Amino acid sequence: MSTAVTSGDDALFEFLCRMGDSTLVLGHRVSEWCGHAPVLEEDIALANTALDLIGQTQLWLGLAGEVEGKGRDADKLAFLRDGWDFRSALLTEVPNGDFGRTLMRQFLFDAWHSIYLGRLLKSSDKRVADIAEKASKEVSYHLERSADTVVALGDGTEESHARMADALAYLWPYVGELFAGDAVDAAMVEAGVAPDPASLREEYDALVGRILEEATLALPEGRFAHKGGRDGRMHTEHLGHILTQMQWLQRAYPGCTW
Amino acid sequence: MISLTDLGIIRDVAWQDDTLIVTVTPTYSGCPATSIINLDIETALRGHGIEKIELKRQLSPAWTTDWLTEGGKRKLEAFGIAPPQPAGGPDHCPHCGSKSIEKISQFGSTPCKATWRCKDCLEPFDYFKCI
Ligand SMILES: [Zn+2]
Repeated sequence: MSTAVTSGDDALFEFLCRMGDSTLVLGHRVSEWCGHAPVLEEDIALANTALDLIGQTQLWLGLAGEVEGKGRDADKLAFLRDGWDFRSALLTEVPNGDFGRTLMRQFLFDAWHSIYLGRLLKSSDKRVADIAEKASKEVSYHLERSADTVVALGDGTEESHARMADALAYLWPYVGELFAGDAVDAAMVEAGVAPDPASLREEYDALVGRILEEATLALPEGRFAHKGGRDGRMHTEHLGHILTQMQWLQRAYPGCTW
Repeated sequence: MISLTDLGIIRDVAWQDDTLIVTVTPTYSGCPATSIINLDIETALRGHGIEKIELKRQLSPAWTTDWLTEGGKRKLEAFGIAPPQPAGGPDHCPHCGSKSIEKISQFGSTPCKATWRCKDCLEPFDYFKCI
């Protein structure tokens, strides 16, 4: 039998929770639109995006549970951890706002997600590379749609443009966290599992800048970043509210299935 | 209707001693049909008298619509779902055959489909999108 959990496995577990918690929380957020979107087609599109994200969550958190080796599966990790154990990026936690803000958040996340997954295809850990291969196909589709919608609304009416500009100003301070590396990221770089988040920034700004220009919106200059989600140090006040919605059934009726 | 092998999601079937190992790849990671599909496979095999069955999930290589069989594509079309095309959109309306069509939404009733509309017969239809 191999030795107890090494620090490498601890870092890998953290990394996998970061991936899975961001897709879980964003998937939950996007699913809040189900039955409320402005038109039926958008309702369906949002629900499908949420479904993809929850599916990816099962893969990431499933592997996290395996790596941890304490008998926790994806469901246990999703529904029975407390807020301080979550590793979701703050960007995924912020409230939906209006439809435009939801799609702007989706675009800012999709752009990062597609670039990051692209790098994970070359992960030294085959399990990680396999999940990235599956997820990146779905995410390139998400990005195509969110980018198109950002352009349509940004370069739309006076009101839709103003709303998208507001959305961008509100969301931009949450973007920087996606590129702020720490000890976990350093361990993943060292092991060849995942890239240094900071190394993606240039590509991200180029991609986001190109779409925003098409949307007649300006790439914000500010680099101030709210942090604390990916490392669990300080989540937004919104996460607790999300978890009460998401977890109450498993908390109230442990092990319940139907 | 279309079979699982038509869909190209059964990647391998092999005996390991007295256990039948069926390797399945998901279409979309969040596809709600996945558990039903696994249940159907088990039920069908048990119906053929096979007792020991193991279902293995394989993520890589990731499923692609290129694995849909020609027969599968014909069955989709007969059902009113436009089959995937390399060009990235349906070739014609599955109801009337018109080439005058337009996209309504990049998503449809399930993650694997998009919604299109025929400008001649005015019927909406699902397009099985390429991934
Ligand atoms: Zn037609």
